[in-house]
Amino acid sequence: MATVLIPTALRHFTNGQGELNLKGETVGEIIIDLVTQYGDLKTHLLNDEGKLRSFVNIYLNEEDIRHYEGLSTDVKEEDTLILVPSIAGGHHGKR
Amino acid sequence: MGKDEQHKKLSNAEISRYSRHLILPEVGLEGQLKLKNAKVLVVGTGGLGAPVILYLAAAGVGTLGLIDFDVVDESNLQRQIIHTTRDVGRPKISSATDRIKNINPNVNVVSFNDRLTSLNALDIIKEFDIVVDGTDNFQTRYLINDSAVLLNKPFVYGSIFRFEGQVSVFNAYGGPCYRCLYPEPPPVGLVPSCAEGGVIGVLPGIIGTIQANETIKLILGIGEVLSGRLLTFDALKMRFLELKLKKEKECPVCGEHPTVTQLIDYEEFCGLKSKEHLVAVDEMSAIDLKNLINEKRSVQIIDIRQPHELQLGKIDGTKAIPFGQLVRRKDELDSSKKVVVVCKIGLLSAEVIRQLKEDGYAGEIYSLKGGITSWANDIDYTMARY
Repeated sequence: MATVLIPTALRHFTNGQGELNLKGETVGEIIIDLVTQYGDLKTHLLNDEGKLRSFVNIYLNEEDIRHYEGLSTDVKEEDTLILVPSIAGGHHGKR
Repeated sequence: MGKDEQHKKLSNAEISRYSRHLILPEVGLEGQLKLKNAKVLVVGTGGLGAPVILYLAAAGVGTLGLIDFDVVDESNLQRQIIHTTRDVGRPKISSATDRIKNINPNVNVVSFNDRLTSLNALDIIKEFDIVVDGTDNFQTRYLINDSAVLLNKPFVYGSIFRFEGQVSVFNAYGGPCYRCLYPEPPPVGLVPSCAEGGVIGVLPGIIGTIQANETIKLILGIGEVLSGRLLTFDALKMRFLELKLKKEKECPVCGEHPTVTQLIDYEEFCGLKSKEHLVAVDEMSAIDLKNLINEKRSVQIIDIRQPHELQLGKIDGTKAIPFGQLVRRKDELDSSKKVVVVCKIGLLSAEVIRQLKEDGYAGEIYSLKGGITSWANDIDYTMARY
């Protein structure tokens, strides 16, 4: 179990919820629980091979999971996972 | 005064103007002269650029570079507070230059009514000490980042979307760069743009003001600059989070073995040129759609905008299925009819059709070219554009 913070950019995939309690012993298990409950979120977080996409970072508390063991990183009950997607407020491409 | 000659004193008028800085021991006369001698480039004069420019001008930054190719649009005024109602239709850099001169005539404004590209970026940025990100798109952000690394200039980053903001200072004091944080941009269409996703008007004010603060600290050499840290802001929960960033050894531009040693084609990098590799999407113009409806031909109109956007106006007989749900709910499409998918400007509709086709949808399906905006422009003049 851990608390997962959902940024506003992804919140419309979680029925507007910004904070979820999800099951799992590792970051990967928790993310699987997340995309199982909210299927539309899957393509935003994981690629076809189930790897984390390179424009989304996951922080375990204050630290990037890339600096631990990635999706295999162990998570404790009191931990917070933070999803941090890249954002750009504007138009894609030329108008 | 020569190009590289440094100002060594302030006039009495400047001393009066900057008195609240001058009595701060962390700034003082020495600091104010650093500001006067500083050259800062602000890329973009929109939502983020507006507060950055206004505060840097007021603070007495001696040379402000502005680059923007856009003109002021009515829909900018909700957040781009450097521009005013009577500036609608003017180039943004003209409007911004006027505001700077009104705030502080001492500022030397160097303006470029242009788009920052791989061809001009190094020549423009090398003339400045610091580059501030006020852009609204990924390709320019990666271009600024790579240029800043190649020229060894600090890059004050800010980004906004809906109710969420991010700020950091990259490539300063040996710290990480934007590519250490995000090696690659998201594919086009996966993340809705601001024009399609919206943004709360004060958000760029909050984020841009933090960027201005960090820029001033970099110039003065005081405090702890937001290098190696990413500050995220959630305007709904009113929560700031501070996350640690590391310089990545594997970073393609600032790492130990860089593979990006000169500027690249950022439109290609951001997937904006790769449409020919994607599944083809047929488009239908608003006029053709109107003709089909008039001829009472069988057509199913699917609008993928969010419910609150549909309240602003929709085509009669529209069925609403939000963007994120359409692939999952594809059985609701009537493959015996021509299906026309509608979004705000015609980008997300094309993207979702690609996703449907990749998922195996074989019916006749079109993206409404230019989205509901083109319907408002060409067919239903009573419909508001937003």
